[in-house]
Amino acid sequence: MRIVVFVKQVPAVSELPWDAKTGQLRREAAEGMMDPAAKRALEAALRLKDAHGAQVIVISMGPPSAEETLREAVAMGADRGFLLCDPRLAGADTLATSYTLARAVGALSPDFDLILLGCHSADSETGQVGPHLAEELGLPAAAYVEKMALKGRKLTVERVSDGWLETLEMDLPALLTVTARAFRPRPVPMTGLEQAFGQGEVFILSAADLRADPEHVGWAGSAGRIIKIYAPAAQKKGELIQGTPKACVRELMARFGDRLGGLLAKDLSGEEQA
Amino acid sequence: MNQERAIWVVGDYRNYFQNRVTLQLLAKAGELAAKMDGTVCAVVMGHGVEEWVGEYQAHGAQRIYVMDHPLLSEYLPGLFARALESLARQRRPEIILIGATSFGKELAARAASRLGTGLTADCVDLYLDQEGRFVQVAPAYGGNLLAEIVFPRHRPQMATVRPGAFAEMPHDASARAEIIRLDPPAGLSGDGVRLVSCRRLGYQGEDLENAKVVICGGRGLGSRKKFKNLHELARLLGGEVGATRPVVHADWAEEERLVGQAGKHIKPRLLFSLGVSGAIQHTAGIADPEFTIAVNKNPLAVMMQKADVAIKADAHQVALALIRELKARGSS
Ligand SMILES: Cc1cc2nc3c(=O)[nH]c(=O)nc-3n(C[C@H](O)[C@H](O)[C@H](O)COP(=O)(O)OP(=O)(O)OC[C@H]3O[C@@H](n4cnc5c(N)ncnc54)[C@H](O)[C@@H]3O)c2cc1C
Ligand SMILES: Nc1ncnc2c1ncn2[C@@H]1O[C@H](COP(=O)(O)O)[C@@H](O)[C@H]1O
Repeated sequence: MRIVVFVKQVPAVSELPWDAKTGQLRREAAEGMMDPAAKRALEAALRLKDAHGAQVIVISMGPPSAEETLREAVAMGADRGFLLCDPRLAGADTLATSYTLARAVGALSPDFDLILLGCHSADSETGQVGPHLAEELGLPAAAYVEKMALKGRKLTVERVSDGWLETLEMDLPALLTVTARAFRPRPVPMTGLEQAFGQGEVFILSAADLRADPEHVGWAGSAGRIIKIYAPAAQKKGELIQGTPKACVRELMARFGDRLGGLLAKDLSGEEQA
Repeated sequence: MNQERAIWVVGDYRNYFQNRVTLQLLAKAGELAAKMDGTVCAVVMGHGVEEWVGEYQAHGAQRIYVMDHPLLSEYLPGLFARALESLARQRRPEIILIGATSFGKELAARAASRLGTGLTADCVDLYLDQEGRFVQVAPAYGGNLLAEIVFPRHRPQMATVRPGAFAEMPHDASARAEIIRLDPPAGLSGDGVRLVSCRRLGYQGEDLENAKVVICGGRGLGSRKKFKNLHELARLLGGEVGATRPVVHADWAEEERLVGQAGKHIKPRLLFSLGVSGAIQHTAGIADPEFTIAVNKNPLAVMMQKADVAIKADAHQVALALIRELKARGSS
């Protein structure tokens, strides 16, 4: 069985510094890590490999630093990693991203059985790349998967969508995205890590290697144009209360007790209490 | 010939009553349509969907495309995406809006791919600028940023919009829409996914989404044990407990209590926010409370700036003091 996992490198902190003058994100200021949901997709693949035997390849599109993420994936047990790294691929929205990822599948593993992704990436969290890719490749697909079982070529999965627990069935080849709740990832073994950095099989590919149409990748292939980017202003000008916690609460009640009582539809005056 | 400029809102009715995002989008579409001389259309796909047709008519749809057929009886994104694609290819809407529910996001992404157009995720606002461009406002990157996005070339322009971003219009039973009934496209089938079973889960935070009072706790509360006090506070105030992402990740609270872009969208009248910094991904899930009280050690935290009353103190200590005070005042 052949499994392709898509992982993305994301900044390790959620609050990225940005330059208020240029509106640019200072990505270089943040260290990268493997996207948590994608890491669980990899874990799901490795569990299938452990149980049924499989070849697992990992593909990422991103800057040169994303090579580390791929080496980590190899250290965890993936067979091979591929980094799609080319200035022409930069600035891609989810439409251009999924086109590029689909080209990579065609070039690297056209006879795949299963494709796995995270359901949301931690930095952009659109949740769109998986479903887009399913359409690009014309596959049966399910997002937000938390459990899966394989019997022959039949895949049964469980997922929660908007408060409904669904059990779905499909035949391979198929595509799944997994949530960050399921498939707790195995630790990365130190020796594996050293090996992966020493001799692990990680390859770098350009847009030309994928025979991707330059019109469809990167910024050029993206539908959206950002016309403005800003930090939303805080609007309200409230009252500041400070002091000991007890004094703060007393002051809150004294000054705003009526308002609170009104909102709660409760009498908070405490007066008619015995 | 002047082509009609239609704004479509795709009906997502599975959790109707709790999930009102379709109605909210109809209201917003009405505003946009008035400015661009367009038509507000609802799209209802499924089987036995007459109820929603009536509902969307009463909430501002001027035209409703109804595809009611046994083939569409299962609520599957791959299937609905195909039906929506064929309808959009025929009728060529200018804009398609879909609520950013799990289902809506999956459906929207699949339909956008099939239509070869772009899609902006989780919009918090939509407007037409002076040049008449359709501007989508959405959280960007991992930081406290909003991006304004336009689609210069791709049509239709598609967006998913977070629930709670807009207010719905009052129900108008006398409103009449043009209703167009259509058959599913010839040979419609899904993507090969079969639904084996589905059932509604228990506590999924609908109470939180509809609560008039929410007590929201963040990392600043300090520990799981301290966080638990919020449940007592919520009981005293008749409210529900919400949480930020670090709190959920640390397992101080269930995932269902997550408030924000990735979690529940709340619209309380009264919000207590304790030990919360106020990151955009969190506040994006909170629709203008009438009254907000924030507790934080840092008076400059965004949440403190947004609050009506900002209390500079230890969040846990204030929670305890408030519990004592409320008990003393007989709110038991
Ligand atoms: C794509 C994406 C999606 C996201 N989606 C969500 C989402 O849906 N919901 C969500 O909540 N987050 C989300 N996040 C995370 C979000 O960016 C913030 O990191 C998160 O909301 C911060 O939570 P917090 O305020 O509890 O913690 P922090 O940001 O760490 O803030 C803690 C606050 O507590 C204060 N504090 C510390 N000690 C005390 C004390 N003793 N007493 C009082 N105050 C104290 C501090 O001054 C600080 O303001 C998302 C992030 C990304 C990148
Ligand atoms: N540039 C990328 N390279 C590889 N995989 C990606 C990339 N972007 C997104 N993905 C995959 O798509 C998932 C969801 O991302 P998103 O749709 O952006 O929320 C991630 O968890 C990854 O598995």
